[in-house]
Amino acid sequence: MTTTSAPCVTVNGDQVPLTGVASHTTTLDWLRGRGLTGAKEGCAEGECGACSVLVARPGTDTATEWTAVNACLVPVAALDGQELVTSEGLGSSSDLHPVQQELAVRGGSQCGYCTPGFVCSLAAEFYRPGRAADAEAGSCDHEHGPNGVDLHALSGNLCRCTGYRPIRDAAYALGAPSEDDALATRRQAPPPEPRPTRIAVDGAEFVRPESLDETLALLTERPEAQVVAGSTDWGVEVNIRGRRAPLVVAVDRLPELRSLTVGDDVIEIGAALTLTEIERRLDGQVPLLAELFPQFASRLIRNGATIGGNIGTASPIGDAPPALLALDADVVLASPRGERVVPLADYFTGYRETVRAADELIRSVRLPLPLAPLVGFHKIAKRRFDDISSVAVGYALEIADGDVVRARIGLGGVAATPIRAVATEDALVGQPWTEETVRRAAAVLAGEGTPMDDHRASASYRSAMLGQSLLRLFHTRPETRRQEVPA
Amino acid sequence: MSALSQRPDNPIVGIPMPHESAALHVTGEALYTDDLVGRIAGTLHAWPVQAPHTHALITALRTEPAYAVPGVVRVLTADDVPGVNDAGVKHDEPLFPTEVMFHGHAVCWVLGETLEAARLGAAAVEVDYDPLASLVTVQEAIAAESFQGTPRNLARGDATAALANAAHVFEGEFEFAGQEHFYLETHVSLALVDEGGQVLVHSSTQHPSETQEIVAHVLGVPSHEVTVQCLRMGGAFGGKEMQPHGYAAIAALGATLTGRPVRLRLNRTQDMTMSGKRHGFHSTWRAGFDDEGHLLALEATLTADGGWSLDLSEPVLARALCHIDNAYWVPDIRVDGRVARTNKTSQTAFRGFGGPQGMLVMEDLLGRCAPLLGIDPLELRRRNFYQQDQTTPYGQPVRQADRLAACWDQVAESGEVARRRAEITEFNSRHPHTKRGLAMTPVKFGISFNLTAFNQAGALVHVYKDGSVLINHGGTEMGQGLHTKMLQVAATALGLPLSRVRLAPTRTDKVPNTSATAASSGADLNGAAIKNACEQIRERLAQVAGGRLGISPNDVRFDDGIVRGLSPASGEIGWNELVNVAYHQRVQLWAAGFYRTEGLHWDPNVMQGEPFKYFANGVAASEVEVDGFTGAYTLRRVDIVHDVGDSLSPLIDIGQIEGGFVQGAGWLTLEDLRWDTSDGPNRGRLATQAASTYKLPSFSEMPDDFRVKLLEKAHEEGAVYGSKAVGEPPLMLAFSVREALREAAAAFGPAGTSVDLGCPATPEAVYWAIDRARTPQAPETAPDPEPAMAGRKG
Repeated sequence: MTTTSAPCVTVNGDQVPLTGVASHTTTLDWLRGRGLTGAKEGCAEGECGACSVLVARPGTDTATEWTAVNACLVPVAALDGQELVTSEGLGSSSDLHPVQQELAVRGGSQCGYCTPGFVCSLAAEFYRPGRAADAEAGSCDHEHGPNGVDLHALSGNLCRCTGYRPIRDAAYALGAPSEDDALATRRQAPPPEPRPTRIAVDGAEFVRPESLDETLALLTERPEAQVVAGSTDWGVEVNIRGRRAPLVVAVDRLPELRSLTVGDDVIEIGAALTLTEIERRLDGQVPLLAELFPQFASRLIRNGATIGGNIGTASPIGDAPPALLALDADVVLASPRGERVVPLADYFTGYRETVRAADELIRSVRLPLPLAPLVGFHKIAKRRFDDISSVAVGYALEIADGDVVRARIGLGGVAATPIRAVATEDALVGQPWTEETVRRAAAVLAGEGTPMDDHRASASYRSAMLGQSLLRLFHTRPETRRQEVPA
Repeated sequence: MSALSQRPDNPIVGIPMPHESAALHVTGEALYTDDLVGRIAGTLHAWPVQAPHTHALITALRTEPAYAVPGVVRVLTADDVPGVNDAGVKHDEPLFPTEVMFHGHAVCWVLGETLEAARLGAAAVEVDYDPLASLVTVQEAIAAESFQGTPRNLARGDATAALANAAHVFEGEFEFAGQEHFYLETHVSLALVDEGGQVLVHSSTQHPSETQEIVAHVLGVPSHEVTVQCLRMGGAFGGKEMQPHGYAAIAALGATLTGRPVRLRLNRTQDMTMSGKRHGFHSTWRAGFDDEGHLLALEATLTADGGWSLDLSEPVLARALCHIDNAYWVPDIRVDGRVARTNKTSQTAFRGFGGPQGMLVMEDLLGRCAPLLGIDPLELRRRNFYQQDQTTPYGQPVRQADRLAACWDQVAESGEVARRRAEITEFNSRHPHTKRGLAMTPVKFGISFNLTAFNQAGALVHVYKDGSVLINHGGTEMGQGLHTKMLQVAATALGLPLSRVRLAPTRTDKVPNTSATAASSGADLNGAAIKNACEQIRERLAQVAGGRLGISPNDVRFDDGIVRGLSPASGEIGWNELVNVAYHQRVQLWAAGFYRTEGLHWDPNVMQGEPFKYFANGVAASEVEVDGFTGAYTLRRVDIVHDVGDSLSPLIDIGQIEGGFVQGAGWLTLEDLRWDTSDGPNRGRLATQAASTYKLPSFSEMPDDFRVKLLEKAHEEGAVYGSKAVGEPPLMLAFSVREALREAAAAFGPAGTSVDLGCPATPEAVYWAIDRARTPQAPETAPDPEPAMAGRKG
């Protein structure tokens, strides 16, 4: 049985008790209620980043990494025992933090409402341990600064006033943290351990169990429980649709769900690893996922959202499933009855319906090895950064001696569930990888699924994009083709 | 130089400086209206009951169930209104309606001890509706002849005759979408009752005086019993010019009825479903050209989609009619304008205020006609520029036409447009699946409120005995840097370092009867009023200093806190000492300033006069790259030269130009307001009512290479310290992006392809344009092909 100590959060260095907070109380509302009004509500669904704050989380390159998250999505109860820094904690108007200084003097704020959020997102990038190495590598392009700053760090922050240029200039002007920077030093020590939490207010509970076994027992006993990890989906339900749960169970720090192993035959990814953590730990080992990650929501969301969550919500427009379907992924489901392994292609049964039973938890995702060599992730959306797919296509193909010998294509946004483009796969396999084959298969692909008209795209555009996608893969990857006609 | 425009030596205006609140912004110390809630004990929270119908009669309203919800304190209904049940100035916006006019219309409001209690209370209120037929699209309204307000027409010469004689006549139909403001701070008001029943409303409003008026008439009290304060806004863009009034009135009504502070803050969904947006327009046009591409005549009908009530639709329409010419001389012209009434939110002011819509019709038709005329679109535009002192269709001379040409030529040169276009042609020939395009477009935008009476402003300047200065003016700060400029104006006018001047928040009990901070006029009007107040004080102090220094008051100069004569021999006196001396001589150390723009006249009925003090000018060149597989694009480079007069604050002005440009690009290419136009159960519902479904520009829409320059030698005689207004005009520079997309799409087709492009030009719209360009004979794949354009040789 979980034992709990008095819940509290360390905010800007001060330990603050969490008394009387409801399970649906967001970190943002809690902070603002305590007079820390720097973080703002702009959208309450993790799209604008005006509520961005820094949390001390386990790092990849240092013990602790200052991780920016949307305070509007995270229940404050989920931060019991954790450390939080807000814009007020970074600096004051008489003693600005370097990030604040650069933004202030370069015209990085106009109305100022989004600014504290930008400050926190940019501060996370300022303190990112890998930034110095990226700067040395010198991969400076229109999304990466000479100082290693990755603009994608700000992809979840919206500004309606500046047009972003001065914010980019401020980001690219940042140096390294100084020797005596306390937050930089803080990275060397481990972050706070997750601690078991049980908070009950007005009959609604928030529980963070200590172990997987305890979690599974709780889910068996209380099938109505709402499981949350990064709360990037549940937080939206709470804020926008007013949903409330009698019991919220947090699984994001369960050690059994947080390992990543690369074996000879399989890569196993813990369900509670965030997309950011997976991106850093895989470090390009799965090229299809490496192509996916920068297109998946925003850094702020990826810092909270887990791969298990993205599968668990079973949205037809989640971005991980099309890639994972192409990778032939399996889902490992755990329950008190043991574990079972389900191919992802069999996992989704209907609109937001899956084979997962109420007492089951997604423990991990397995990717079989070897990986197919020709991969691509095509996301069609109105906006390049942080948008929801109209259509998403994941490809994993193998070409041998000019012929397609293996094809897996995953689709999102064209049916009630993520689906595999089986007819298109069949039209490719055994055929020569030529323009003619691709044109024929593209016509098949354009007919896959049952796309709809909605505010994101018309059905006809969705279908057209399916077909165009295969043509694009073929034409943008000329190295995969035989030299058909000498130049 | 005029007395108004002349700068003294060592002026503080013109120095680039960050926003005056920048250090407060970045630390989160800056206070916005909703940040006050935690500082005020016992505040109640308001939540609306929003109708789930697009048009319906309310047949019954039962509030009792809400009172059963723990924490619900009060339900506000029409019966509670002691004054006038109306939230607007046209008296067509009932605060508590009996007829639901759009999906999400607030029927009544619930006050709770917590927001959660108010939300649950609102869900418990029972409302019976009798649904009625609805008009959702502007075409439905046109077909049903559902219009509101006064139709207007603007005419010069005989357009019909000129079209009959033109060598080339083209006609088209063009409908384009509105735009959600998406200020990051949603609408919010916080009302408190003071002693004697006086009401103080903190409101995020661009128009505190009108908010005050509406609150007063709803409460049935004189204006002097209501004070409205606006600390600052987290963005506004026109969306808080008229729209805040009703929300402020609800909060004030709740506060007077309960005796407790009431906070009304809309969440994003409420804000998007309830508040007005930029007007979408429908247009039809016929344009005539000669063989050289000179515009000879234009006939057009513009129909603004006004939504359910008038709001500012009439002046928005007037400005659209006055800007259809943009930068181009059209000898014979007739433009008819009208406002459709639809069952949507009541559309309102949005940066540009109809100007962008009028100009878009022109820029779109030029972009479509250029290939049909066989003339390079850059050349077509440049050839039709106003020449010096030609007049607009409403009779105003274009006195600085040379500046349009100067901006154009400078962009062409510094942007190396000719070289880059050659490179683009070469690039396009080598890339079958990727095309680039470059376009240049001009902006000529009239500055002043069309309605002459609004062109006035007031200020209050205090000099305290210790020499410190506090200024107050009628303008509001929404991020545009008005307060920064006003501090610079006051420091310049008083000859003080900036650190000696502080600015206090905008309040109706400091400066009364103010105009909205709108029409880009905030700095022109309030700056002149502050300058006027400062000069009154300076003249009084000059008398005192003249006496002390033994010189004529006319020879006294104020510079950097030192007061001296023309000759060093006469000595000097420090500002603080002078102020102290003046106090003891019983000299008044504060002043009220006032300004009204001279020389304006306007007859709205015949649409003739000189409504504008001057025109702001600018030119942009944009280069895009388009992916032929998807229609997705990137903005590679933007070059802008813009005329801000002699800038009051260059860093602020460049920020306005860049920000306006990107916001305009958002409207034209990305932001996609969609209402449910089906006959299904959600007909009339806004489908894009959240940040997840309505996409505004993010970092990915920022130009990779963004070069903005201010036009040099641009002194403006008619405005404070030689400056020009900057808030709105740069938004319209973004036409260059849309036109560049048109160029790139055309490059997928044979030479001379005329491209019809949807607006917004989302990747999908661009894809269909490419699809039509590639296969001109098979457009049926597109879901909504634009009406075909007919051309004929005369």
